[in-house]
Amino acid sequence: MSDKKYIPRVILSEAAIDTIDTLRKRFGTDLMFHQSGGCCDGSSPMCFEKGDFKVGGSDIWIGKVYGCDFFMNKDQFEYWKHTQLTLDITQGRGSSFSIEIPMGIRFIIRSRVFTMEELENLEPTMTGEEMMENNLL
Amino acid sequence: MSTLTLSQSKPVDRPQIKEKYDHFIGGKWVAPSSGEYFDNISPIDGKAFSKAARGNKADIEKALDAAHKAFATWSKTSAAERSRVLNKIADIIEENLEMLARVETIDNGKALRETRAADLPLCIDHFRYFAGVIRADESSISEHDETTVSIALHEPLGVVGQIIPWNFPLLMATWKIAPALAAGCCTVVKPAEQTPTSIMVLMELIADVLPPGVLNVVTGFGPEAGKPLATSDRVAKVAFTGETTTGRLIMQYASENLIPVTMELGGKSPNIFMKSVGDADDEFFDKAVEGAVMFALNQGEVCTCPSRILVHEDIYDKFMERVVARTKAIKMGHPLAEDTMMGAQASNDQFEKILSYLDIGKQEGAQVLCGGDKASLNSGLETGYYIQPTIFKGHNKMRIFQEEIFGPVTSVTTFKTTEEAIAIANDTMYGLGAGLWSRDAHELYQVPRAIQAGRVWVNCYHAYPAHAPFGGYKKSGFGRENHLMMLNHYRQTKNMLISYSKNKLGFF
Repeated sequence: MSDKKYIPRVILSEAAIDTIDTLRKRFGTDLMFHQSGGCCDGSSPMCFEKGDFKVGGSDIWIGKVYGCDFFMNKDQFEYWKHTQLTLDITQGRGSSFSIEIPMGIRFIIRSRVFTMEELENLEPTMTGEEMMENNLL
Repeated sequence: MSTLTLSQSKPVDRPQIKEKYDHFIGGKWVAPSSGEYFDNISPIDGKAFSKAARGNKADIEKALDAAHKAFATWSKTSAAERSRVLNKIADIIEENLEMLARVETIDNGKALRETRAADLPLCIDHFRYFAGVIRADESSISEHDETTVSIALHEPLGVVGQIIPWNFPLLMATWKIAPALAAGCCTVVKPAEQTPTSIMVLMELIADVLPPGVLNVVTGFGPEAGKPLATSDRVAKVAFTGETTTGRLIMQYASENLIPVTMELGGKSPNIFMKSVGDADDEFFDKAVEGAVMFALNQGEVCTCPSRILVHEDIYDKFMERVVARTKAIKMGHPLAEDTMMGAQASNDQFEKILSYLDIGKQEGAQVLCGGDKASLNSGLETGYYIQPTIFKGHNKMRIFQEEIFGPVTSVTTFKTTEEAIAIANDTMYGLGAGLWSRDAHELYQVPRAIQAGRVWVNCYHAYPAHAPFGGYKKSGFGRENHLMMLNHYRQTKNMLISYSKNKLGFF
C-alpha cells in the first residue's frame, strides 16, 4: 500500500502526530479518521477508535497517516481527489463525536492542489469494502 | 483586498449570566457526576464568559431515568394541556426576548440584530405553531365494510434524544423540542459544546412550566455525553442536526437499537439568478441583489447558506457589480452593537477552517471578488473570530463550490441556458436549500421542480416560517422540521382493527 514511489494523498503535521500519540495512550487503541462533509462541524476530519465508525463500499480509503487509516465518502472524494490533505491541529472548541474534542483542540485539514506531475503518481485508493475483503482493516 | 465597513456604535449591556450552569434533569439543577465544568468561550472576544457542566454517561442515564418517569404521565396529558404548556413557553420567551437575544449573541457570536429579529421571534412562533397544530390534529378512521372499522391513532414514541447544533442554539433546540413535546414525548437534549449556555438561561425561565423530567438538558462533549445518548437502548428515537460523518455514526448506533432517526446534515445551496432578473433596475432587482448577499446571514453559518451563486452570463456584470458593492457595505463590528450586520464565527476551529477554505479557493484559481481574508477588528475584538464576507468567482468543480465552508463565503459562476443552470445546481452531494430568482412565470414553477433539494425559495431566501416543511434530499438528510409532519417523526401509529360483526368467520 505504502509503496514509496507514490505521492501520498494525506499527510500530517507534527502537532497532529503529538495528538494522535496522546489519544492512542488515552484510549489504548489504534485510531481511524473519516472526513466529514456538511454543516456545522462538517468539512473536518473525525477521529475515532479504530473500527468504531463502520466503513463500507461508499467510503474511499485514501491512505494511512501515522498508522491511522483515513477515509472519505466516495462522492466527496470525487471533488477532493486533486488536492493533497494535511491533517493538522487547531485550538478551539469543536463539537461532534471526534475523540479529541474534550482536549479543547480540533483536527483540521489544510489542502494543497497537486501538480500535474504528482497527479500521475498518486497513491492508489480502495473502498472500505475492498479493505475488509482483503483483511486490511 | 477591500476596506471593511465598520460599526461605530457601542455594544449594549451584557445581561447577568451565571458563572456556571449545571445540568437540568428532572426539573432540577444537577451537578455533573464528574464534578467538572468546562469554559464556554464567547466568539466575540475569544474569552470565557461562563462554564458548562461536563456531562458523561452517568448524567445521561440520570436524565433518561427522569424522562422515562415523566413519560408515564406526559404521554397521557391532554392535547389542551400540552398546548397550554407550549404557549406558556412561547410567552416567557417573548417576555424575555431582549435578554435572551443578548445571551444568544454572547454565546454564538452572531449580531444582535439577527437574534432580536430572527432567532428569538422564530422560537416564539415555533412553540406557538406546535401548540396550535396539536389542537387541530386528528387521527383517522376508515370503515372497511359495514362491520369493520380501522382506527389509526397516534401514540408518542417515548423518550427521545436530541442533539443540537451551535449555529442557532435556541432556535435549533426549539425546532426539535417543540414537536417532541407536542407529540407527547419526553426528551433528553444535548446542546453543542460551543454554545451550552443560552439554553440553560432559557431553562431557568421555563423550569416551572414543564412537569419534571419532560425536558432534560445535559451539556458536555460529543464523545462523552452525546455518544452515550445516541447509543442508549433507552431512547426511542434520535434527532440530529450536524454533519455527515456524525450523522452516519448516529444512524449506525440507531441500527443497533432498531430505532428511527431524523437527520439534517447541511448543504451547498445554489442560488440561481435567471436572465429576466436583469430586465429592469427596479425593486425586484434590488431584492434579488439582497437575495445573493444573504450568504452573509448568520456569518454564513447556516445549513442552507446560499454558498453558490449561479447567474446568467448576460446579466453577470450588472448583477455582480451590485452584489459585490452590497457585500462590501456589510457592517462588521461588536456583535452586541445594534447596527452591526455581521458578527463573529462561532469558534476558533471554525474560524481556522474557513481560512483554510479561503486558501484552497485561491490555490484552485478562484478569483476573489471581495473579502478573502480574516477581519482584524479592534477595541477588544482582536481575539474574536471575524472573517470578511467573501465572494469567489470560479467553476462548480472547485472545492469551494462543493464543500460546506460554513462561513461568510459564497462562490459565483455563470450559466448560458436553463438546462445548464439546473445541471450545475444539482451537481452536488447535497440537497437541502436552493434559491430561484426570475420574472418568468414558467421558470418560477419548472426550475424549482427540477432542483433536487427539499426547500427551494422562489424569489426569496432564508425565510424559515413554521408551517413550511424544511428538510433535505440526497446527503442532506431526511425528516421535515418546521411543520406538523414533524409530529409523525415523534409518534407511532396504533391501529385498532375492530369487527362489529357477531358472526364467526367459519374457518374453524
